[in-house]
Amino acid sequence: MAHTGRTAGRLGEGDWDGKVSEIKKKIKSILPGRSCDLLQDTSHLPPEHSDVVIVGGGVLGLSVAYWLKKLESRRGAIRVLVVERDHTYSQASTGLSVGGICQQFSLPENIQLSLFSASFLRNINEYLAVVDAPPLDLRFSPSGYLLLASEKDAAAMESNVKVQRQVGAKISLMSPDQLRNKFPWINTEGVALASYGMEDEGWFDPWCLLQGLRRKVQSLGVLFCQGEVTRFVSSSQRMLTTDDKAVVLKRIHKVHVKMDCSLEYQPVECAIVVNAAGAWSAQIAALAGIGEGPPGTLQGTKLPVEPRKRYVYVWHCPQGPGLETPLVADTSGAYFRREGLGSNYLGGRSPTEQEEPDPANLEVDHDFFQDKVWPHLALRIPAFETLKVQSAWASYYDYNTFDQNGVVGPHPLVANMYFATGFSGHGLQQAPGVGRAVAEMILKGRFQTIDLSPFLFTRFYLGEKIQENNII
Amino acid sequence: MWDLVLEDRRINSLRLVAPMWNGRIRGIHRLGGAVAPEGNQKKKRTILQLLTNYFYDVEALRDYLLQREMYKVHEKNRSFTWLEKQHGPYGAGAFFILKQGGAVKFRDKEWIRPDKYGHFSQEFWNFCVVPVEAVDASDCDINYEGLDNLLLLKELQSLSLQRCSHVDDWCLSRLYPLADSLQELSLAGCPRVSERGLACLHHLRNLRRLDISDLPAVSNPGLTQILVEEMLPNCEVVGVDWAEGLKSGPEEQPQDTASPVPA
Repeated sequence: MAHTGRTAGRLGEGDWDGKVSEIKKKIKSILPGRSCDLLQDTSHLPPEHSDVVIVGGGVLGLSVAYWLKKLESRRGAIRVLVVERDHTYSQASTGLSVGGICQQFSLPENIQLSLFSASFLRNINEYLAVVDAPPLDLRFSPSGYLLLASEKDAAAMESNVKVQRQVGAKISLMSPDQLRNKFPWINTEGVALASYGMEDEGWFDPWCLLQGLRRKVQSLGVLFCQGEVTRFVSSSQRMLTTDDKAVVLKRIHKVHVKMDCSLEYQPVECAIVVNAAGAWSAQIAALAGIGEGPPGTLQGTKLPVEPRKRYVYVWHCPQGPGLETPLVADTSGAYFRREGLGSNYLGGRSPTEQEEPDPANLEVDHDFFQDKVWPHLALRIPAFETLKVQSAWASYYDYNTFDQNGVVGPHPLVANMYFATGFSGHGLQQAPGVGRAVAEMILKGRFQTIDLSPFLFTRFYLGEKIQENNII
Repeated sequence: MWDLVLEDRRINSLRLVAPMWNGRIRGIHRLGGAVAPEGNQKKKRTILQLLTNYFYDVEALRDYLLQREMYKVHEKNRSFTWLEKQHGPYGAGAFFILKQGGAVKFRDKEWIRPDKYGHFSQEFWNFCVVPVEAVDASDCDINYEGLDNLLLLKELQSLSLQRCSHVDDWCLSRLYPLADSLQELSLAGCPRVSERGLACLHHLRNLRRLDISDLPAVSNPGLTQILVEEMLPNCEVVGVDWAEGLKSGPEEQPQDTASPVPA
């Protein structure tokens, strides 16, 4: 009768030694100095709870995150998570942008937004100061925008400039003679009037702004996650309006964030979702159920933002316009500006509706430059008859097919989805102002500094277009 | 008094917050990090900088000190336009310059300078009907907002902004209202002025003398000099030597050694 035999039999299990070694391994892993295998490593996943989830980590998303943290009532009051699908920003409109900022719009709201953004960029090292980090160098060129108008557009330009001056922008109007005097390299044939921005206009490095915002926002405690939003879990409530019509109000409770290159996802419980996904905002809106309904109703109104491809070409012209060249936008829609000190220029032109390229990829069509851009440039600037294209790239506009102006504010039915998208090519220059407006809307419930109520989603259902005449 | 040695730098109790008081130029940059050229070569850190990596409180304290530095500059550049009603635009502008530590010269009068305590003779209030001809704002803390006050001096002929650490490209874009009268402008030694700001000077068509020497932020001084000379044909542009690319002193950034090629 051996003791070992009896104890083995009483426990009734075979592998006692195996169990002991497993328990020993678990205890060893808890001891300091060893990696703990008890809990799974979830450090790559986003947190399980967040007050605000911002879909899209471009300049608009980061601007909203920054202003949310800046305007919160108490330090650490709001937890913000920014979900960005591509941390290299390879297709994001921000990094590929030409980087211009101008106040020459026809809508007062657009002018106010650009003016505020100019003052934000001017004081960027006070807004985005991080202890022990070097100050940001935006490489801003304050050379201004020069818009040329033909006979038929001259009256509209004059009234636009009147509005711009009223709001506070410094724009000067020039006749063809004054234009020739100031910029002798322009051919003023067909130009009736020109408007020239004297201050707060020019171009800067958008990548620097993006990195500065990222750095500051991380230091303020905003969490970043690289992943894709695949699903919204929401609850609906059926309510009756005062006219006894049934309305279904939705509230998003969870956001499913799928990790890169894997099927793993994390449901993030949130209170508010901000749609700042740029050219892909319509997909995010569709996930939330916006636009699922009979057309012509509020439920059936989709978010009319789609990606549109735009080309930018860089060329070298040794006898081209000098250092004082502003960003010139021709009567035909072609535009160009100087790049650096070495007689390089970059520019492009917005295609007409029929010429719209396919936005499936970012391939560049060089024939577009030969046929549609160069002739207009060479007509306006005779020196550009001899030039050599060095390179080109393409990027997306988050194009609002309704009226080419941004969508800001909450959705009327999906109560906690806020939009900050659809700016059709001027999102970068209006990002600081729009970020502040959306943060005010979220935190205070209304727009306080700049009133962007004409930019709400409801205008798509009501059919109230706010047309902007000066789109480059 | 006892000394602490930290990374081969002697620190005494006064030096804990020294970077802030060590002169205006380095104040913000030292707190902000690695911009001052000498800071790049030697990675010296103060105790506060070291502790910032360990304590949120110290980080918040340094943030507050940084904000206070910036606030001081804003205070200096507050608006003096309310003086315009009583003393006219020339008086208001001149008072602003004198308060900053610069010097003004009214037409047909002598230069008025504050002494080392910042006091200046009050009789300049009597000169206020006469336009100000020249302003020497070297080493002052004028920034974009302060230019509101400077631009009151409509008939200014000579302006010197040498070594002004807060004058940057944005400020240069604001000088166009002085285009009718300004004949002489000096920007020597301004650390934030780059060739992009110099591009805005084409509005100043009466400019006869422009000094752009010693601008560390300009990427290619030789080429910039040529382009500025082309831009302002009637102006004598001073400051950059053709041999600029071949010299390299301890304060200058590494230059391109290629000689300037005619455009």
